[in-house]
Amino acid sequence: MSRDIILESRNLVKEFKGFTAVDDVNLQVERGTIHALIGPNGAGKTTVFNLLTKFLTPTRGQLLFNGQDITKKSSDAIARMGIVRSFQISAVFAHLTVLENVRVALQRKRNDSLFFWRSEKCLDELNDRAVELLESVGLAPFANARAVDLPYGRKRSLEIATTLALDPELLLLDEPTQGMGHEDVGVVAELIKKVGQDRTILMVEHNLNVVADLSDRITVLQRGAVLTEGDYAEVSADPRVREAYMGVEADEQPTKLHAVDKTDTDSDTMEASA
Amino acid sequence: MNNKKLNLILLGLALVAPLVLYPVFLMKVLCFALFACAFNLLLGFSGLLSFGHAVFLGSGSYITGYLMLSVEGLTPEVAILAGVAVSAAIGFVYGKLAVKREGIYFAMVTLALAQLAFFFYLQAPFTGGEDGIQGIPRGKLFGVIDLSDNLVMYYFVLAVFIGGFALIYRTIHSPFGQVMKAIRENEPRAISLGYKVNQYKLLCFVISATLAGLAGSTKALVFQLASLTDVHWFMSGEVVLMTLLGGMGTIWGPVLGAGTIVTLQNALAAGPLGNYIHVIMGVVFVICVLAFRNGLVGELQKLVKRNF
Ligand SMILES: Nc1ncnc2c1ncn2[C@@H]1O[C@H](COP(=O)(O)OP(=O)(O)OP(=O)(O)O)[C@@H](O)[C@H]1O
Ligand SMILES: [Mg+2]
Repeated sequence: MSRDIILESRNLVKEFKGFTAVDDVNLQVERGTIHALIGPNGAGKTTVFNLLTKFLTPTRGQLLFNGQDITKKSSDAIARMGIVRSFQISAVFAHLTVLENVRVALQRKRNDSLFFWRSEKCLDELNDRAVELLESVGLAPFANARAVDLPYGRKRSLEIATTLALDPELLLLDEPTQGMGHEDVGVVAELIKKVGQDRTILMVEHNLNVVADLSDRITVLQRGAVLTEGDYAEVSADPRVREAYMGVEADEQPTKLHAVDKTDTDSDTMEASA
Repeated sequence: MNNKKLNLILLGLALVAPLVLYPVFLMKVLCFALFACAFNLLLGFSGLLSFGHAVFLGSGSYITGYLMLSVEGLTPEVAILAGVAVSAAIGFVYGKLAVKREGIYFAMVTLALAQLAFFFYLQAPFTGGEDGIQGIPRGKLFGVIDLSDNLVMYYFVLAVFIGGFALIYRTIHSPFGQVMKAIRENEPRAISLGYKVNQYKLLCFVISATLAGLAGSTKALVFQLASLTDVHWFMSGEVVLMTLLGGMGTIWGPVLGAGTIVTLQNALAAGPLGNYIHVIMGVVFVICVLAFRNGLVGELQKLVKRNF
């Protein structure tokens, strides 16, 4: 019985001037799962995301989405096929309002986006849906604020709402909780869990608490290559993983596994809900 | 509401202006204001700095001028439409070649293409080379309204300007304008949402080129002259100056910038400093880039905020 694979990379390689950032990665993301990609800083996680969405061109290898070869497709075409990504460095439309940010995404599926002679008032029909999306990430009260004026954590929430607006088949989230305070991390984790019920999510996440809580499957990347793969119990029991993360001996307790580069508050949250 | 009032006041002023100021001067301001607004649509709302926008002004000007002079009984609106269509077509081709590049490369490609067009117009027999096309008749609008009277011509130019300005305003406040703003704010994000950004940039480029062409066509009728100055890279630089001076990315900035520059040029040309016009323009440029980055409109807004 074969698994239902939505996204697959085959022998994916990315070289930057002789430096191999992604080294022969074979990734299989199963439909309907939340799949986490973890690894120490500089492991190549963001680069993998950039390759999957063609923001970078693979040096070698093949990408398959729903069995279809997308290696040669452009970034925007891949997005229209149903793979939508967020960015590690919060990417919002700074001088648009929070509502407009989401609306720009909702607008994409309409066919009037090139109509320069039509009044933007026709976009108001999207407002209800936009507010709904904002509510789901707790941003409804800020609908009319400019995105640039939001605190960092809320910008991340906005980015997620914008991504969800496209109702993608596959979501790629690059560190969705990075830079967020305790409460926001909880809200966003809940949200990811909720949207993950009828979608597939591939996410990079440093907060291992969130990873443990959400992911069905975890791939660990180290120096561009896949170190191991499995569910949280398997991965966290693997001495190589703990070593890669912490550079510590393998006999430490698995519960202490956490990312070294995260702040204390993040680690606290982890232990609190672990 | 405040905006509506302001617009009405401005319209009123524009209607009575020729009673106080020379119509030809006013028409010159309006033509350059439209040119600068068209340029600003591209720079301010897509972040693309074209350094070859004179091509579109000049093409409109040459085509309209040539047709008015050589086709017996042609009405000016048809000649203008032809000039605009040619500018739009050149805009499409040049845009296709340029929008794929970014930043300085975009500017370089537009400059190179504009130079190509300049040498073409210099050599082409129909443009009259160094002399240009002179004595262009203004003709009768729709075959009825004689434009040879400056006052009549002024109201026609005002109508053209308002039409062009309204189109720009609408473009900015359209579904397309929303996407353009998103692309300007964060291009990778717009791509990741599935937008074909080059298609949007191209459309913006073509609209900008078309309206620059409209400014050129109208200008040819106003001065009854189409010459190499209109396609020269000086002209491409001048529109950058007007836009930056007035305030790029603002709706009124280019109008104010164009008005200021044209006034300055006229004043200088008449006086003893006429020979130093380019030096003085250069100094103005340096001052405005160094001292007020938000342009005249930006400074005015600050002033209003401080005092009210
Ligand atoms: N455009 C580039 N040119 C050269 N090297 C690059 C480029 N992009 C990334 N790299 C290198 O590739 C490696 C992997 O980077 P990447 O950003 O993918 O890591 P990451 O796993 O996302 O790390 P982090 O956890 O810090 O986000 C790093 O050593 C980085 O310096
Ligand atoms: Mg990263």
